[in-house]
Amino acid sequence: MRNFLRCLAILFALTQASGAKPLNYVLPEETATLRPGPGVETAGVCMSCHSVDYINTQPPRSGKEFWEGEVKKMIKSYHAPISEADAKAIADYLAKTY
Amino acid sequence: MDRRYLLEGLGGVIAGAALANFTSFGARAQDGTTLPFANGERPLVRYPGKRPLIQLTARPPQLETPFSVFDESVITPNDAFFVRYHLSDIPLSIDPEAFRLEVKGKVDRSLSLSLADLKTGFEPVELVAVHQCSGNSRGFVEPRVAGGQLGHGAMGNARWRGVPLKAVLDRAGVQAGSRQVTFNGLDEPALPETPDFVKALDLDHARDGEVMLAYAMNGEDLPWLNGFPLRLVVPGYYGTYWVKHLNEITVIDHVFDGYWMASAYRMPDNDCACVDPGQRPTATVPIRRFNVRSFITNLADGDNVEAEAPILVKGIAFDGGYGVTDVLISWDGGRTWSETRLGSDLGRYSFREWRIEPRLPAGTHELKVRAINRIGQSQPMTPLWNPPGYMRNVVETVRVVAA
Repeated sequence: MRNFLRCLAILFALTQASGAKPLNYVLPEETATLRPGPGVETAGVCMSCHSVDYINTQPPRSGKEFWEGEVKKMIKSYHAPISEADAKAIADYLAKTY
Repeated sequence: MDRRYLLEGLGGVIAGAALANFTSFGARAQDGTTLPFANGERPLVRYPGKRPLIQLTARPPQLETPFSVFDESVITPNDAFFVRYHLSDIPLSIDPEAFRLEVKGKVDRSLSLSLADLKTGFEPVELVAVHQCSGNSRGFVEPRVAGGQLGHGAMGNARWRGVPLKAVLDRAGVQAGSRQVTFNGLDEPALPETPDFVKALDLDHARDGEVMLAYAMNGEDLPWLNGFPLRLVVPGYYGTYWVKHLNEITVIDHVFDGYWMASAYRMPDNDCACVDPGQRPTATVPIRRFNVRSFITNLADGDNVEAEAPILVKGIAFDGGYGVTDVLISWDGGRTWSETRLGSDLGRYSFREWRIEPRLPAGTHELKVRAINRIGQSQPMTPLWNPPGYMRNVVETVRVVAA
């Protein structure tokens, strides 16, 4: 869907500018999905900035402190719009499920 | 350039949308590989312009070179070269004719340079240089740390061609009192609040004549995912500085305080760039030059070799630009060491090949390889640890059975 919208935007731009010859690159689609578990819906917000494999590939059973630190980093360093309650729910989900 | 994967114009957009659907079918039947650490299972995914590579993440793309590639040639082929982005909104449409590199800030004359300006208006330079991610080999770090869980494949060696950054800065005329130069590319964050990926070099480093604005790699245009059409090449320095899709250079009169310099990519401020496992450093500095590394490329852990007959052991070594002078190998777990023969010298920033033909007695052997550079730097026998898992360079070990 995201790529489709982007294609539409490019189409629009192309009709506006004649003579330009942009080169385009098409990425393979994402395939990784979040593991099921309590809080998985809340954790879906993570995917607004990155694919699921950012989570899936982390060291296994890293624990609560690890995942709390990661969620905090996303909020503090990258300004992810996540409420305190959601941050706790996401860290709990990650610690229990991964 | 190879335009088979680059779709031009209006038709290309529609074809591209169709292609996206086909690639999703292809991805379902994908092969995989397992890196030798816990949770090391990875899909092998073929991106346009790339052979199947080890996919760490899809958005933004992070692709690792399968280690066997390093045994094939001293130059890493463009279609096998690793990919690392930080921000999700990577450029997917670029018009090379409309592309401009802006040079601005504390300069006498702001510049807006086309690719043609860069290719014809400056004397081109070429350099073979290793490009390596700061977190290469992070998956092997113990205790494990957060971040991209990479094997050894976030490195590569290429012949870069471009314009010395110094020549471009001289044309713009750097003003007195300038301190640093910042570099920004076309990639952007998914959220506007996320810090854009901008890196900085001290002015003296930026003007050393070796830092390059590269438009070609191994005789071709830069691959899309390696920064087409222009990237920064900072020989001997970690890949974080090698800004891709580079379109903005700014000369500033202070030390840049953006997130990607002031908070990220920082090392403990001590000689070993390390702390005790689990500890935090008291002071940090931006990551800088590569340390010394070496690898056996033609034997893998658990391989069987012939006993009491000459066997070939070969590999690669590199450092941060002083030049590798010796590569030593041990087949008794590090008790005794033998000098290997170095391959041709492609320059002090390049991979250096090495080889030796030892006869091993029957039994299990721990092969260890250790390189030394021109200023006497080498590799530790036990790993050094730091919280972000950067700069791993422990002496690598390959266990083989001679029978």
